[in-house]
Amino acid sequence: MKAKPENVLTGSHYLDGNHASAEGAIAAGCRFFGGYPITPSTEIAERISQRFPRIGGIFVQMEDELASMAAILGASNGGVKSMSCTSGPGFSLMMENFGLGIMMETPCVLVNVQRGGPSTGLPTLPGQADMMQARWGSHGDYEVIALAPDSPQESFELTIHAFNLSEKYRMPVLIMTDECVGHMTEKVVIPSADEIDLVERKYTDKKPGEAWPYEWNGKSIPPMLPVGKGYKFHITGLTHDEKGYPVINAEAQEKNVRQLIDKVKKNADDIIWLEEWDTDGADIIVMSYGISSRVARPAIAKARADGIKIGQIRMITVWPFPEKRIRELAGKVKAMVMVELNHGQVYLEMDRCAAGQCVTAVVGHSGGTVHKPDDIYKVIKDVVK
Amino acid sequence: MKFWRTPLDIDQLKIPKGDVHILEERCKGCGFCVEYCPKGVLKLSDKFNSKGYHPPVVIKPGECVNCDLCEMICPDFAIFCLRVEEVNKEVASES
Amino acid sequence: MSTSVEPAVKKEHPMEKILRMDRIPHIWCPTCGLGTVVTALATALDESEIDLNKVAIVSGIGCTGRVAGYMKLDSFHTTHGRAIPFAFGMHVARPDLKTIVFSGDGDLVSIGGNHLIHTARRNADLMVICVNNFIYAMTGGQVAPTTPITAKSSTSPFGNFEHPFNLPLLAASSGAVYVARWTALHIRRLTKAFKEALNKRGFSFVEVIAPCSTLYARRNKLGTGLDLMKFYHDNCVIKHGCDLKEVDIDYQSKIIVGKFVDIEKPTYIDCLNKGYKQVFGDKYKPYGGGDGNNGN
Repeated sequence: MKAKPENVLTGSHYLDGNHASAEGAIAAGCRFFGGYPITPSTEIAERISQRFPRIGGIFVQMEDELASMAAILGASNGGVKSMSCTSGPGFSLMMENFGLGIMMETPCVLVNVQRGGPSTGLPTLPGQADMMQARWGSHGDYEVIALAPDSPQESFELTIHAFNLSEKYRMPVLIMTDECVGHMTEKVVIPSADEIDLVERKYTDKKPGEAWPYEWNGKSIPPMLPVGKGYKFHITGLTHDEKGYPVINAEAQEKNVRQLIDKVKKNADDIIWLEEWDTDGADIIVMSYGISSRVARPAIAKARADGIKIGQIRMITVWPFPEKRIRELAGKVKAMVMVELNHGQVYLEMDRCAAGQCVTAVVGHSGGTVHKPDDIYKVIKDVVK
Repeated sequence: MKFWRTPLDIDQLKIPKGDVHILEERCKGCGFCVEYCPKGVLKLSDKFNSKGYHPPVVIKPGECVNCDLCEMICPDFAIFCLRVEEVNKEVASES
Repeated sequence: MSTSVEPAVKKEHPMEKILRMDRIPHIWCPTCGLGTVVTALATALDESEIDLNKVAIVSGIGCTGRVAGYMKLDSFHTTHGRAIPFAFGMHVARPDLKTIVFSGDGDLVSIGGNHLIHTARRNADLMVICVNNFIYAMTGGQVAPTTPITAKSSTSPFGNFEHPFNLPLLAASSGAVYVARWTALHIRRLTKAFKEALNKRGFSFVEVIAPCSTLYARRNKLGTGLDLMKFYHDNCVIKHGCDLKEVDIDYQSKIIVGKFVDIEKPTYIDCLNKGYKQVFGDKYKPYGGGDGNNGN
């Protein structure tokens, strides 16, 4: 299905990442936004609040982030594409209901414009230190999908992509951007509506009384049931069976959790999206995501000028982690370097997948600004030795 | 049930008759129905259901006025009344 | 041809059409009042002839949180305290549905207290049923923000010495347009209150005092749930429209019940539509819910 022309501001714009993300959501057909102000994400809510009343959407400034996350799940179960945005402290508050969305298998999109932490940290300055929280922040065992845009243009595109993934896999999807990308203003080209592909929600084609909310078959994603149509279905955050009824035992837990994990793991090849430059025949690969991948480029160019055979990987989806590709490359290269605005979070995954086949290193940073390209260059030179 | 005054149309009122149905296996023996039946139709029986509770039993058949109070106050959806005329009508229509 | 009365008539409880009979018997203890409150809601839904396809019910966590699972409606069992915001999102997405929140005192006024006051402030068209058993029952009888002073619980073993919430006052002062309190014993009045709340546009709040036998009654040596029902019978005073400052509940003293608030006020969506209409004029299309994109 294509986007609706009235939802798409086709043309060239000068937008920051947050406004671009809001436009992406509107183009994707988002019509409910529940959010709570928090720096540096608020521009998304502001733009949505400005745009929604004129296009039949509803923006609600909720009383807190707990309510925001719960409300977007309620609205999504009501059949409306929903989204929220936040940053570190709000992300922590949303984690419980993020888990509810995972457990209920409810599509929605949550944007985390990362700032420096822990706690209140650096409200106005960038960080990428919520990456492991995105992966494991809610309790229990589950898989997530997290995207990391590196520019306002990509903030627009990945927001649409996030809605598509959330509808396709019937789960909340995270956009893990950062203050830099969120507040960086660049040219954003919004294509015409017929160039934007949307994945629409799959509802059951069975009649009321014959359909259950979780018809897991181990292969396809079960279609959802619409409210208000007589299906009278039940869904819960408790461990449940195909009917959505709570079942408190190990067998039901195995089936339920297995479904949440398998739907991402088994479709990892479809979900994972990487950009690679010069990785074939490289001795060293620099991995990164979001703003850090842009900062790494001058350092890579400098190293290449020194005659180092160096390639780059930019993770557009950070979760699920591109495990297969990293294992494969680790066997061919001498070293892999992770550049991220924390002291080694996604690095742990890279190191795990490298499994001793090559040297690994992280260019760590406490956040508050981006890396100096020279710091990255130094680490590259170190691992070459 | 005592009236504080005699209703003016008492000669025209027909006291309805009810038939109490008890779903014994669902009962948890709370005794709400026994306590609040205005006609004292019920008491807890001596026998046990399979969960070990004493379900109620009708001790004054024919005295139920189909007020539905037992049905409404039962927390376990285990007792209900049907109006005797309705029951008979349904039987007649089905036979 | 049948001659006996019994086989000809299906032995089906009249509320079975509104309950998930495949989930009954429920998990609640003997002499717990929750089942009675569920019957009252089922009866109210049945008698108000509302289209049951157009009713959604949302619960939080706790004993009362299990209600959503027993009602044959589109039902959602959410996280602790978040039933109201979840229901609010559902309502805003689908204003054509009647969304009911059915949860307990701990869920709605302790962990979810902020959502209660804010959603009442917005006057969202939700019906909130708060079953108050004075205790956290599911977790084993801990002190709640509704536990009366001196009542014992597993975490107030010497008695509770904090002031409890006055729920009708809280709801009314936050902006609810319908506020009532009844007990599980006032089954007909409760059913009537549910019917009124179902037909009320705006935020309606019904507090239902219900017996918790296993934890509240046992720990305070008050007998069983039946003894608590008898206590309600002897100690409840009906005072419709009374000053809500007077409806505090003290330990084992009189309980004032009745319909306290029933006013008209524009709802959340009414206010949005009116406000935007003033700003945008005739260009503004009144908000009416889902855009039909998603199969609804």
